[in-house]
Amino acid sequence: MGRITLDKVQKKFGEVEVIPPLDLTIEDGEFVVFVGPSGCGKSTLLRLIAGLEDVTGGEIRIDGKPATDLPPAKRGLAMVFQSYALYPHMSVRKNIAFPMKMAGMDQAEQERRITKAADALNLTDYLDRRPGQLSGGQRQRVAIGRAIVREPAAFLFDEPLSNLDAALRVGMRMEISELHKTLATTMVYVTHDQVEAMTMADKIVVLRAGHIEQVGSPLELYKAPRNTFVAGFIGSPKMNLLTGATAAKHNASTIGIRPEHLDVVSEGGTFTGRVGVAEHLGSDTFFHVHIPEMTEPMTVRAGGEVGLRHGDTIHLEPRAEHIHRFDDKGLRFACHA
Amino acid sequence: MATEHSKSSARFMIAPAVFVLLVWMLVPLCMTLYFSFADYRPMRNTFDAWIGFSNYASFLTSSSFLSSVMVTLQMVAGILLITIGGGVALALLLDQPMFGQGIVRILVIAPFFVMPTVSALVWKNMFFNVDNGLFSYLWKFFGAQPYDFLSQSPLLSIVVIVAWQWLPFATLILLTAVQSLSSEQLEAAEMDGAPGYSRFWYIILPHLSRAITVVILIQTIFLLSIFAEIFVTTNGAFGTRTLTYLVYQRVLESQNIGLGSAGGIVAVILANIVAIFLMRIVGKNLDN
Repeated sequence: MGRITLDKVQKKFGEVEVIPPLDLTIEDGEFVVFVGPSGCGKSTLLRLIAGLEDVTGGEIRIDGKPATDLPPAKRGLAMVFQSYALYPHMSVRKNIAFPMKMAGMDQAEQERRITKAADALNLTDYLDRRPGQLSGGQRQRVAIGRAIVREPAAFLFDEPLSNLDAALRVGMRMEISELHKTLATTMVYVTHDQVEAMTMADKIVVLRAGHIEQVGSPLELYKAPRNTFVAGFIGSPKMNLLTGATAAKHNASTIGIRPEHLDVVSEGGTFTGRVGVAEHLGSDTFFHVHIPEMTEPMTVRAGGEVGLRHGDTIHLEPRAEHIHRFDDKGLRFACHA
Repeated sequence: MATEHSKSSARFMIAPAVFVLLVWMLVPLCMTLYFSFADYRPMRNTFDAWIGFSNYASFLTSSSFLSSVMVTLQMVAGILLITIGGGVALALLLDQPMFGQGIVRILVIAPFFVMPTVSALVWKNMFFNVDNGLFSYLWKFFGAQPYDFLSQSPLLSIVVIVAWQWLPFATLILLTAVQSLSSEQLEAAEMDGAPGYSRFWYIILPHLSRAITVVILIQTIFLLSIFAEIFVTTNGAFGTRTLTYLVYQRVLESQNIGLGSAGGIVAVILANIVAIFLMRIVGKNLDN
């Protein structure tokens, strides 16, 4: 079981309010990702749940039981840190055994769980090594192993993949998702990388300056961002946001068009501009097009082999059904125009 | 040092420094070696340039030799115990965020700047003195008979004085080590259910082990040659005669330069044995 409820949880550092009163429910077995730009309070929120920081106000409940005043160890949560936080002077085996040793678990049970975790994480050959002798990915797995053996009510991940290189990151992303499927335990995952959020989450919580901007499944956030912030944050490359006269034509103060919802047409088109930088990814090409309606270049996704060069003139037509409209407060209009 | 030319000019330029250092070290050492094989007693106008190993034989077989080695070891061990234990405790305390942290840290380091002779005098006259010492007042305040530290437990008194001087050094090095411990490791241990003392025992202490070995090594090398504190307080009486002090007594009090020189060479050899021994332990510890 691992249902975590935050009830008007608030955190202040001195006079600075990092997290204004906030409500959130994390259901049992859910994979929830906190995502937001750096300094948005997502790590602080995770640390509040973990008990590493004291809340200024409000209540945290784990499985319905108040946990606000419980010390971290008593909350039954396990955390994986960004730096892995392995104990450098202990072997992998001792690292994984540490929480069980602290809990005073008997030796045979400890051994059984270590073997099981090492099997699941491909660490069997490395059990007698020190963390310093392992690669980044292996250290990450040891940290996860140390969390698994406690059989916690929920796992907390604090940007666990940001110290890994790109290829390894994709692999570990899969492994963590796999792990979630096998264990079916609640996982709370903090990241600033919206790709990680989109690929792994059952539920994404988008945060900005301690506020929850939107909660929803990855596709909900992609299809119906509640405001311009979420619209700009979710999706890669970023959504193009246009204001002024162009938006006014759609009776909105801002409209958003995703790069993948713009078609390159040979004649006419709503937007006409000059091709700037082109990013060739093989399967796709992203053009940065300079158009008079936007100060920043507009990003357009085209097929892999489009014969356009730097400086060429390009005509673009947005797909009308995919235009997102926002009012003067940046909030989304209920329905499409 | 990229080219042949710069190499040779560099050698040329450091030559004077190397020369001075060599002379500085080698001349006294050679003279000590030379005297250690001689029967040289200036007060009696005796000088016999070669008497073989008889100086060494009489130094090593004298009853004061073994006892002085034991006293030296006890003293060094006692001081190390206090400075390491106190140093770890102080480092952990000073690492806590508190008001006036900078000033407190400077104050803690201050004893290290006091000359050994001065600090020994201050301790002897202001703290340990039976009539006017602060400890005597404290004892009297609680209605107890004042305790004469320097004659009742002289070795302990000297250990306390020297430990007081070296505590800042240990604290400083251990503090930097404590500060280099990542807070995430402590938080991970906290999440893993380790109470405070377990975190100290399993996380902080192993992290400090390198710094502790460095402190032990450096302090031992310096502490083997304690002199001023003994000279000022007990003059080597009441079982506080260390090897260094014994050599001094042989040379200056007995005016037997040959015997003293032999003692000096023995002390150098013993110190080197200790140093090699420690280096091996440190090297092993630093490898991990």
